Amino acid sequence: MPLLKVDDLSVTFTQRGKADVRAVDGVSFSVSEGEVVGLVGESGCGKSVTSLALMGLLADRGVKVGGSVNFDGIELLNLHKNAMRDMRGQELAMIFQDPLSSLNPVVPIGVQVTEILQRHRKMRGEAARKEAADLLDRVGIPDPTRRLKEYPHQLSGGMRQRALIAMAVACAPRLLIADEPTTALDVTIQAQILELLKELVDTQGTALLMITHDLGVVAGLCDEINVLYGGRVVESAARRNLFAAPTHPYSVGLLGSIPRLDAPRGEPLKPVRGSVNDNIAWSDGCAFAPRCDYYTMECLQGPPELVESYTGHKYRCVNPITEHTAPAVIDTEAS
Amino acid sequence: MSTKTDKIDRLAELTAKRGGRDGHGASLWREAFGRLRRSPMAMAGTVIVGAFVIIAIIGPWIAPYDPTAQAWGNEVFPNRNMFVGPRGENWFGLDHLGRDQFSRMVIGARQSLLVGVVATLLGFAAGAILGGIAGAAAGLGKSWGRRIDTILMRFTDMMLAIPALLLAVSVAALMGQSLATVMIAVGVAQVPIFARLLRGSMLAQAHSDYVLAAKATGIKRKRIVLAHILPNSVGPVLVQATLTLATAIIEAAALSYLGLGSPDQSIPEWGTMLADAQRFLSGAPQLAIYPAIAIIITALGFTLLGEAMRESLDPKLRK
Amino acid sequence: MSLLEIEDLKVHFPIRRGVVFDRVVGQVYAVDGVSLSVEAGKTYGLVGESGCGKTTLGRAVLRLNDITDGAVRYNGTDLAQLSEADMRRQRNKLQMVFQDPLGSLNPRQNIESILVEGMEAHKIGADRAERRERAQRTLDAVGLPANAMSRYPHEFSGGQRQRIGIARALVLEPDLIICDEPVSALDVSIQAQVLNLLEELQKELGLTYLVIAHDLAVVRHISDVIGVMYLGGLVEEASSDELYANPRHPYTKALMSAVPVPDPDVEDNRERILLTGDLPSPANPPAGCRFHTRCPWRQETRCDTERPELRLLSGGHKVACHFAEEIESGEIQPTSELAAAILPDAHVQTDIPDDSGQVT
Repeated sequence: MPLLKVDDLSVTFTQRGKADVRAVDGVSFSVSEGEVVGLVGESGCGKSVTSLALMGLLADRGVKVGGSVNFDGIELLNLHKNAMRDMRGQELAMIFQDPLSSLNPVVPIGVQVTEILQRHRKMRGEAARKEAADLLDRVGIPDPTRRLKEYPHQLSGGMRQRALIAMAVACAPRLLIADEPTTALDVTIQAQILELLKELVDTQGTALLMITHDLGVVAGLCDEINVLYGGRVVESAARRNLFAAPTHPYSVGLLGSIPRLDAPRGEPLKPVRGSVNDNIAWSDGCAFAPRCDYYTMECLQGPPELVESYTGHKYRCVNPITEHTAPAVIDTEAS
Repeated sequence: MSTKTDKIDRLAELTAKRGGRDGHGASLWREAFGRLRRSPMAMAGTVIVGAFVIIAIIGPWIAPYDPTAQAWGNEVFPNRNMFVGPRGENWFGLDHLGRDQFSRMVIGARQSLLVGVVATLLGFAAGAILGGIAGAAAGLGKSWGRRIDTILMRFTDMMLAIPALLLAVSVAALMGQSLATVMIAVGVAQVPIFARLLRGSMLAQAHSDYVLAAKATGIKRKRIVLAHILPNSVGPVLVQATLTLATAIIEAAALSYLGLGSPDQSIPEWGTMLADAQRFLSGAPQLAIYPAIAIIITALGFTLLGEAMRESLDPKLRK
Repeated sequence: MSLLEIEDLKVHFPIRRGVVFDRVVGQVYAVDGVSLSVEAGKTYGLVGESGCGKTTLGRAVLRLNDITDGAVRYNGTDLAQLSEADMRRQRNKLQMVFQDPLGSLNPRQNIESILVEGMEAHKIGADRAERRERAQRTLDAVGLPANAMSRYPHEFSGGQRQRIGIARALVLEPDLIICDEPVSALDVSIQAQVLNLLEELQKELGLTYLVIAHDLAVVRHISDVIGVMYLGGLVEEASSDELYANPRHPYTKALMSAVPVPDPDVEDNRERILLTGDLPSPANPPAGCRFHTRCPWRQETRCDTERPELRLLSGGHKVACHFAEEIESGEIQPTSELAAAILPDAHVQTDIPDDSGQVT
């Protein structure tokens, strides 16, 4: 029984005078305790909006959320705002992308941590401060007692992100959602933060939902990976299966676009042509078709269904890449 | 192959259905204007301002009577305590000297518009020159530039330190009471605001990447300031100008109320009308209410327009 | 034949404090003695993390930052010594592509104006019509549609804007293009498109590139020679293949081991060298070797007193480390005692108010 089960989640943004935008269009996945699940995609795929919807952080007006988000038996989308607020920080917590803008610049770090302890664990005064220092220590911030009095701008980027993680795990939540937690950080600092996250998952048994565009990060961290495109999951597989046998043309294209440190140089990259502006509506067919090198007439008849193979590898494609796929015939007139 | 052409046709059909997002050369001004047209606040503001401007311009032709002529004096003077309210021939009634209120209001609009516009233009022009030089000097990054900027800004600070009223009284002492005094006094008070605004705006733009790119391309400094920095700095200043117009009208009224305006009592001006009506507040409040409401509504109109402009020019609202 | 030779370049930013007029109270040593040379027709990749000074270096080469000391020789001429006017006239030969595709284009200029402006400044093209034609051809070369000329930057996608930036540089027919993080603001699939475009253009037009980036994989893919920077200095320089196969400097080793690879087997089995702590402040760099405060191979002697020179080992491979050979041969190992002996990192400096001192 998974801890988090997301079923057919959809998020539509409405704006007066403009057409509705379906940022998330039927996304389903699940996360079990102690498991790390990745949501991978580029800009416009809906991954950040998904995380905000899970946490109940979307605006009230101009947003329509549909589907089901089941957290340990509780339907989060039906929860009253106050109840959801109680769950946030306590049961589920989120780590955001930009540590500088996610921290209040005029409040010392210590206060930002003790605030959470006060709210959820009802700790006060000296006890709260000691616990805050403990938390900062646990996330690897040296000299934590002194740091409690410091302001966010006095810490480096890596330290700030650690502080944010400390705040997120302050109440030992069962689910941690990390939205591009290392994108704004240097590579060596990123490695440290990812190690930290791995350690938290291993020692606390926290479930981690990792949202990122970096396939290298998910290759080292995640157990299960979902690839998002145009607001839908287009491929979902266990880590090794996805990299060993990527099936959806978008996943293949994504992997082909990345220069690899261990691959021979000299060969040009194989990018995905066009951009997300070239998508067609899912109701008309596969949104990726205009950018796909393998599309057929069937791809343009209607939305493709999610197909599951016996290994649990899921993909949303009627003409997937397998060993049996004919060599790519690139339709140059089609772009 | 027919299947291939079918495929391509179908794709073209679906892509066309998506709707072209071609902007066809929509410059930022045009887009901002489009947003402005759709905003209800802008609509309300434009209606009010438009009405005000039209009335001010065609005033002499629509005022039914001469605003300075005490045509009904014989009705009013004998009965000091009786004031003529709105009636058939005088829509807003008469004032304490037997003059038609409606005509006075309409001509008063003219004066207020004149003072508001001239004062704002004065402040804008002087402030823009001051702020522009400071901004250009500082933005170009040389040490002499920084000095010039510092000197000009401290000068501006000094101007800001003087209360507007004191400034106005001083100007009046120097120039004597007249409409010009009011215009200059209100205008001068606005100069530091525009100066700081333009300078700040230019500095922010001067640090942007596209200015760096222009330098890297080898474009001359003068052109960078005039063609790159200035056009992108002008937005907030324009918005401030609209808001200033609103304040200018109120301030002009205030100065006239204090007796610093034109000594010719017969030419109607909303502020002077308000001052005159003070004595009669208990008996005939309408003498004060009409000009007061007119000032409020006009200032509101300009403020709405200015706010709407600010929102439509805000880069955060662009896609 | 080296097109660009940088000799002991130093770029220091003064830290100013003061109420009315500023005083200089310190320096940010953004670039502190870097020497490298770029061969014509080749790509030199400069890589490093934030605070290493690579962007400052790129801008200093074009005199977009003031050069404190050192020489920048382009085709023999020392750009550092030229007057502003003379430098301006050279600018068409040395161009730059910027990181932020949207921010580096004037939002109120249409594409035609952006492209023609540069040509006008350098008197390229006989008249308006000829310039327009050249602009059109350049847009074609970077893969933008013909109707782009009359449009404005905000109407394009990120990848397209970056192509416009490249077109702006190309239209002046430069010899050298400095690419400052050309793809880091783009989506992964678009990154690949732009990288391919840059390579194509280099082949076709014989361009020379200095590519500045923090993404090691990208830099390795596109560069012939790579230089690794740390805190204002060059710590290692080698050909791309050699650098990956055989990183000699401890920082490079740590950097390489930290880069995520999209391959679960590699990720599971690689040895990660984790650096402790954070980057010291460029306003207050450590004495001796800049990296010694975080180095897993740090020794008792020399590391904290003597700054290592960038010296040539075999085959064009340069390293700035006193003990490079010993580390290579295994004589010195990173041990937990060494790790424990590493000083906890200096408290991050907060008094750097002048934003011209920003080091990237």
